[in-house]
Amino acid sequence: MGRYVIRRLLQFIPTVLGTMFLLHYITSLAIQFSGNPVRALFGDRTPPPALLEAITERLGYGDPCLDQRGNPCFGLFLDRLQNIFFHFDFGINLRQRDVTDLVADALPFTLKLLVIAIVFEAVVGIAAGVLAGLRGGSFTDYLVKISTVFVISVPIFVLGVVVREFVGVKFGNVLRGQEWIPDVISVGVFAPVFKQEYPLASLIIPGMVLGAVSLATTARLTRTSIMENIRADYVRTARAKGLTNKRVIGVHTLRNSLIPVITFLGVDIGAAMAGAVVTETIFNVPGIGRLVTFSARTGESSVVVGVVTMLVLVVLLANLLVDILYAVLDPRIRYE
Amino acid sequence: MSDLTSAGAAIGGAPVAGDGPTTDAPGGSGKERSASLWADARRQLVRDPVFMIAFLYILVVGSMAAFPKLWTSQDPRNCDTARSRIAPSGEHPFGFDILGCDYYSHAIYGARPSMVIAIMATTAIVVFGGVLGLLAGYYGGWVDTIISRVMDIFFSLPFLLGAIVFLTVIKRQNVWTIAMVLFLLAWPTIARIIRGSVISSKDLDYVHAAKAVGARNGRIMFRHILPNAIAPMLVYATIVLGSFVAAEATLTFLGVGLQPPAQSWGIMISTHQVYFLEDPWLLLFPCGLLVGTVLSFILMGDALRDALDPKFR
Repeated sequence: MGRYVIRRLLQFIPTVLGTMFLLHYITSLAIQFSGNPVRALFGDRTPPPALLEAITERLGYGDPCLDQRGNPCFGLFLDRLQNIFFHFDFGINLRQRDVTDLVADALPFTLKLLVIAIVFEAVVGIAAGVLAGLRGGSFTDYLVKISTVFVISVPIFVLGVVVREFVGVKFGNVLRGQEWIPDVISVGVFAPVFKQEYPLASLIIPGMVLGAVSLATTARLTRTSIMENIRADYVRTARAKGLTNKRVIGVHTLRNSLIPVITFLGVDIGAAMAGAVVTETIFNVPGIGRLVTFSARTGESSVVVGVVTMLVLVVLLANLLVDILYAVLDPRIRYE
Repeated sequence: MSDLTSAGAAIGGAPVAGDGPTTDAPGGSGKERSASLWADARRQLVRDPVFMIAFLYILVVGSMAAFPKLWTSQDPRNCDTARSRIAPSGEHPFGFDILGCDYYSHAIYGARPSMVIAIMATTAIVVFGGVLGLLAGYYGGWVDTIISRVMDIFFSLPFLLGAIVFLTVIKRQNVWTIAMVLFLLAWPTIARIIRGSVISSKDLDYVHAAKAVGARNGRIMFRHILPNAIAPMLVYATIVLGSFVAAEATLTFLGVGLQPPAQSWGIMISTHQVYFLEDPWLLLFPCGLLVGTVLSFILMGDALRDALDPKFR
């Protein structure tokens, strides 16, 4: 296993560099073809040239290679890599605040949201998947099947808006009209948007919306994997020994069936971070995702690029950890 | 207009396309009926009610996109704020939106950008990803190594994040740039699918036979190996059409996609989300159309997969 981990680590470096270069190249191409992004900040007005130049310089868009179409701007890329890996500098926003600061402020909310989402999708998804897998063709099985297709085809922003309006506003208003319901529930959990006073309670529903997208995939994966394993020889042996059904399912079958599910959940952290952009915008959670959307709407491209670079690094690290964990969990994995 | 009419044809052509390669596709299944894989698949699909309903729905949406005049005589830009948010009636089945424009015609005209973006991006990934996957799978060695590494790099950039960065920086958020960013970030999946099926079929006997009689690489690739990869490619392309429609609406909703004077379902949803409680129809109509389209594409893809995979018979 040691050799596998080392190989995986060595592969990690070119992937990180490549992904960051891709991001850099996409940005540079966009600037080369559409002109200085700083102009977008001024909308229809024409900024004074000195001001324009100062901001351009400040945000690092002053490099002459950004005027040459198709130029990959290797010099700029190396500078940015140096800033990121040696100074931990991901750029600044218009008010001269470091992007790292902005992210540090927003991070706790996003982390809580992600934890809620992953826990929700793991618990509900695995439970539904096990129920469906144990009784193929049953009501639960069909329910899981249909809801999977349905959840996949509803874009997360439609789901988010509908849940916010129906559960947060409509149902929430009914609850808020009742005297006997504690405020944590009526104002906190069923709040249509994030509430500062209830930082955890009002994140529960956004977290569930975020988790709902991958919930279906988790359930389906668990179902298939349980169905495969339930016919395996070692499960029959366990039954033949006279073990209780609970033990056969809970220990022998489930343990082996969960390996692909755990891998999926790990990889899903990355997808959930991207999904958080949508969920946080809808529920107005002051996390990293809302930071990205708001900066994108106002045209602060330096913040968007900085934050996304950081997120991509986190996603890559998460994938690396999942791969290593996979090798630990499943002794059959050997890349020689 | 030409790409729009071909748009309709491309959607309508999904199962019909089965006629084309019938002759050179290997007749993999149905020993007793001696029909080709494509003929069998078509027979099964026509009998499948889910597929037919989804297919009809897509035909309807496709005709909205290609010929909006067929569906409505109203102009979605003919607005009058005095009519703001009037409820649906016989003459105006979807009512009026916040600016007093006819909502039904907006919904009809809104089908076009989604469909055009989805079809352009899907065609691009099928051609580009298909060629790269074919090269990587067929030649192997260092060609495969380079293409696979590049695919890994594109894979590790989360789709939504990459699209937001690109669209923010480029500032020109129109049908072309959105289609381009969707293509740019989505081609590796299809390349990987093609590569897999090329690798699995390049050592088959008839490929060796073709080599032995002196067929050139290009002929072997396109006449003998590629037909094997068409089935999985068709399935994935159908599903990806649905996810592109959803992606366009999501990007528009986030404010980095199409911008308000344009008509699109994403704009309809994001403009009217706050009026949901007073006038729910403002949200339900575009959401319903959008979800229906995405769902239909996914169901069609599922049905195609079942029909084209001999193992499921």
